[in-house]
Parts: sequence; structure tokens; C-alpha cells
Amino acid sequence: MARSVKKGPFVQDALLDKVTAMNARSEKRVTKTWSRASTILPEFVGHTFAVHNGNKFIPVYVTENMVGHKLGEFAPTRLFRGHVAAKSDKKAGGVGKK
Amino acid sequence: MARIAGVDLPRDKKVEIGLTYIFGIGRATALAILEATGVNPAQRIRDLSDADVARLRAEIERAHKVEGALRTETAMNIKRLMDIGSYRGIRHRRGLPVRGQRTHTNARTKKGPRRAIAGKKKVTK
Repeated sequence: MARSVKKGPFVQDALLDKVTAMNARSEKRVTKTWSRASTILPEFVGHTFAVHNGNKFIPVYVTENMVGHKLGEFAPTRLFRGHVAAKSDKKAGGVGKK
Repeated sequence: MARIAGVDLPRDKKVEIGLTYIFGIGRATALAILEATGVNPAQRIRDLSDADVARLRAEIERAHKVEGALRTETAMNIKRLMDIGSYRGIRHRRGLPVRGQRTHTNARTKKGPRRAIAGKKKVTK
């Protein structure tokens, strides 16, 4: 279910304060954050956030059409390295082993 | 022959159903269009007067995004997700389900036919 419009978009208060302060002094610094659930507001555009993915911080540079998404959407939490290759390394030739 | 938005409508079906052959129009939209134009939903397409067809065409043109324009819009939305590198965009890129469905099993609609896994033993009775 979508969030009630009455409440407005969710942003962690501390994060919003930080960005507002940075905007007031018109400086850009990478902001570390664990708040993956925070919505990206128009004020965030142009800033870089280091979004925690559970393991490390992923740098996310916010552009205009990211507004409305959540920070977490840009810092994947899972790493897929592909499946284990077959024992006999003939994957390129014929996969058809019945 | 009733041709609306570049689609030939089936002659023998009721208008209510026939309109759904246009991409972007389902039953609900079809009924809304008929309501707005005052065309009887139970009428067959072949019995429509030219004036009726013209009115339907005008109404669809006015209030609904259909066919090519709608397809373009959807494709653009998906492209935007891919370009900003969001999780949903990545799922689209990889051809995997986007809305959190399981992929351990199922998800065949998105993933397509099963690919044989090399080295996997086939179970035989």
C-alpha cells in the first residue's frame, strides 16, 4: 500500500538536517547514511550519499530523475557472482548434456 | 470496417468487447468511453454508424493514451529505471522479476524457457 500523502515523504530527520545545512552553506560533501528507507527529495539533487548496504558504503550521486525513489534502491544488498561453472570446462561449446 | 487508433476492430463483436482489441483499452475503459459518447455497448461493431465511429475515435483521442504512444511511455519508464541504476532497473536489465517475487523456483515468465545446467544429473525412473 502506498504511503499516505498527508504524512509527506519519509526522510530521516538527521539526514534532512544535514542536507539542509550543506545547502545553506552551498557545499558538497559525501554524507554517510544508513537510512536506506529515506526518500530522495529535490533538495538532495547534486549531492553524493554513501549509502550503507549492510556491508559497506556505496557512493550514490543523486540526479534529478532519482527524486521520489529511496536511497536504498541504489545500493544493492546482494552480490550475485553467477553460478558455479561445470566441472568439465566446456561451457562455451555444448551446454546440451542430457 | 471500423478502424480506430490504427487497429481494425472485429466486426462481429459487441462494441464493449471490440474496443478492448485496442492496446490500452480494457473492459473498464471501454465502458467509460461508451458512456461518454453515448454509444450502446451491446451494439455490434458492424452496426455502428460512421458518426458513432467518429465519436469513439474523437473520445479515445481526447482522453486516452493508446497503442504506440502508450507503448512508448511504458518503455521510457522502464528505460528511466535502468538509466538511474535503481534496483528495479537492474532487475529489468537482467530479465528477472522486478517486484520481489521468488526466483528459486518459478519466475519462468520473465526468465523464459529453462536453460540446461551443465553437469546436473537428470532424474530417471
